[in-house]
Amino acid sequence: MSMLDIRDLEVDVAGQRILKGLNLTIEAGSVHAIMGPNGSGKSTLANVVAGKPGYEIVSGEILFDGDLLNDTEPEIRAQQGLFLAFQYPVEIPGVSNMEFLKAAMDHIRSARGESQQSAIEFMKSVRAIATELKLNPEFLKRGVNEGFSGGEKKRNEILQLLLMQPRLAVLDETDSGLDIDALQVVAEGVNRYRSETNAVLMITHYQRLLNHIVPDVVHVLADGAIVRSGDRELAHELEERGYAWLTQ
Amino acid sequence: MAVKDLVPAEYAAGFVTDIESDTLPPGLDESVVRFISTRKKEPDWLTEWRLQSFRYWEQMPAPRWAHVHFPEIDFSAISFYSAPKSSADGPRSLAEVDPELLRTYEKLGIPLHEQEALAGVVKERPDVAVDVVFDSVSIATTFKEKLAEAGVIFCPISEAVHSHPELVQKYLGSVVPQRDNFYASLNSAVFSDGSFVYIPPGVRCPMELSTYFRINEQNTGQFERTLIIADKGSYVSYLEGCTAPMRDENQLHAAVVELVALEDAEIKYSTVQNWYPGDKDGKGGIYNFVTKRGACLGDRSKISWTQVETGSAITWKYPSVVLRGADSVGEFYSVALTNNRQQADTGTKMIHMGPNTRSTIISKGISAGHSQNSYRGLVRTSPGARGARNYTQCDSLLIGNSCGAHTFPYIENRNIDATIEHEATTSKVSDEQLFLCQQRGIDTEKAVSMIVNGFCKDVFRELPMEFAVEAGKLLEVSLEGAVG
Repeated sequence: MSMLDIRDLEVDVAGQRILKGLNLTIEAGSVHAIMGPNGSGKSTLANVVAGKPGYEIVSGEILFDGDLLNDTEPEIRAQQGLFLAFQYPVEIPGVSNMEFLKAAMDHIRSARGESQQSAIEFMKSVRAIATELKLNPEFLKRGVNEGFSGGEKKRNEILQLLLMQPRLAVLDETDSGLDIDALQVVAEGVNRYRSETNAVLMITHYQRLLNHIVPDVVHVLADGAIVRSGDRELAHELEERGYAWLTQ
Repeated sequence: MAVKDLVPAEYAAGFVTDIESDTLPPGLDESVVRFISTRKKEPDWLTEWRLQSFRYWEQMPAPRWAHVHFPEIDFSAISFYSAPKSSADGPRSLAEVDPELLRTYEKLGIPLHEQEALAGVVKERPDVAVDVVFDSVSIATTFKEKLAEAGVIFCPISEAVHSHPELVQKYLGSVVPQRDNFYASLNSAVFSDGSFVYIPPGVRCPMELSTYFRINEQNTGQFERTLIIADKGSYVSYLEGCTAPMRDENQLHAAVVELVALEDAEIKYSTVQNWYPGDKDGKGGIYNFVTKRGACLGDRSKISWTQVETGSAITWKYPSVVLRGADSVGEFYSVALTNNRQQADTGTKMIHMGPNTRSTIISKGISAGHSQNSYRGLVRTSPGARGARNYTQCDSLLIGNSCGAHTFPYIENRNIDATIEHEATTSKVSDEQLFLCQQRGIDTEKAVSMIVNGFCKDVFRELPMEFAVEAGKLLEVSLEGAVG
């Protein structure tokens, strides 16, 4: 059984058809990259998989570990091990990162049938990950994403990924807005997360991310459907030739 | 699930206690005022004072300037006095209190068993002395003896009229005069009971003092009167809590609270107000029209109001401080949450009269459902208030698209070297914020409560420890189902 199985997915956003019969299968242990021109539906794919309100599934199926996800609440999907690293993480003023992460972990752990961590245990694991990602542990006291630079926000997303250890990580343009050093740190984090039991679906505009996180499969999304899939070489070809030759 | 999917919250304190009561027939005239006064065996000066207040009230129009809407109140349909029958002569100790009443307070989570508390059995609320006002009368005051050792007087005001007439006569109406406003005049005429506190010079009150108000009877108004006097160099922390049963009719609550702080004294007054807010369509609920004011009479005195308002169909209240003493300090920390069809027009007045007086106002308004939430605040400095300072921060949080938040700040500065700062923000709990929480496994209800609690942090910090926890929980309950 595939971990993620998307069949003939058609999705409307604000009354407009964005995904037009998308098929995608991801196995445990693999990393898939989705590339494609602006407006092809890449972020819509990420959001609809995570269950964001406002993304209406008109037809088709999303299966996660064989379970139909179409009508599942987003928090249940998260508790089942589906993680979305946001392109633009929002701020939640007044709620500290510490409080937010602890609440998230408590929910995830109780869904997994694990006991809650003590505050001390929890702090220890967060601090260790923060250090690896070169995030000043002081950030834990600040509001969620409040006053964070673009790079800090993205590193915070990766921190949550490493903390929660989901089964499937969807990375929505995690490389956008990062300088080379920050990109390196983020990529190291994702590579450390990779294992035989989990999988990554990363959405990107740029080939350069794939130099750091090497994918097993590269897909090209154009006008709401996957028009070509290939290996790492496909990304290089796209860089040289653009998308036009695939969409004509 | 989006923010717009709003459904009503449940009111947990909405049960009715089946108890026999002596209730006056509805309507108000001089005979009613006399009846209340006679019933309480009051001295002549107080009877006269009430009658005079009644005459003022008769000539006053009801205020219409608040940003709230409701049909005119029919004062001939309200009963102005109700007392549980069994306490006709007043219980002298907890042992004499009707067990049905004790069960009421047990259900509300208010411990009235001081023996157990003293023995350390009740751990949740250590060292809190409680006065309880049920409909119109005070039914029990705990820890009286322990307080008496420190010289602290904490008793029903109806009792203080007899035991400490000189204090009551001196200060009653000294902060909120009889003709202050429509509802204050009404209260002065018909006030039934309430708490009286006196802290002698130099005494730090050994425990938190607390009063719980409960309206039970149908078609009755509750008009309690609280008077707190902190003598020179003393300190007291006081908390009031309020609940009422769920009823289809609106019920009037028009209280008056007067605080007096002499030289170097400090009064910290905290309110957790959870009157029945009405149902999701706005039927029923309490009209909470309350006048609360403190006077910093002495130099270096301090009065601090902290309020968490989640209840009432309509809230109309402005806990204020008159800063007369030099270097005196006034503070107002407020969280006002409205949901469904609730309306709140609340804020404060800081009246700077003495030199170098300082005031701080932190107001957090949260609106959900179809509610309307207004902050109204006045900062005034008189020519004598040299070097006065005020800082005001006024934040509004909107949940959903059908509610309103309004801010009406008034600044009257008559002093060239005063410093007055005003900051205001309005924000919304966005679908994006909720989705971020959900995507991390947190359900929307928990997410909203976490966001709202974060928003209120600056105010909760000011509440006594155990009440801060209670306030957080209350917000959670009041928002329960706010996002469905």
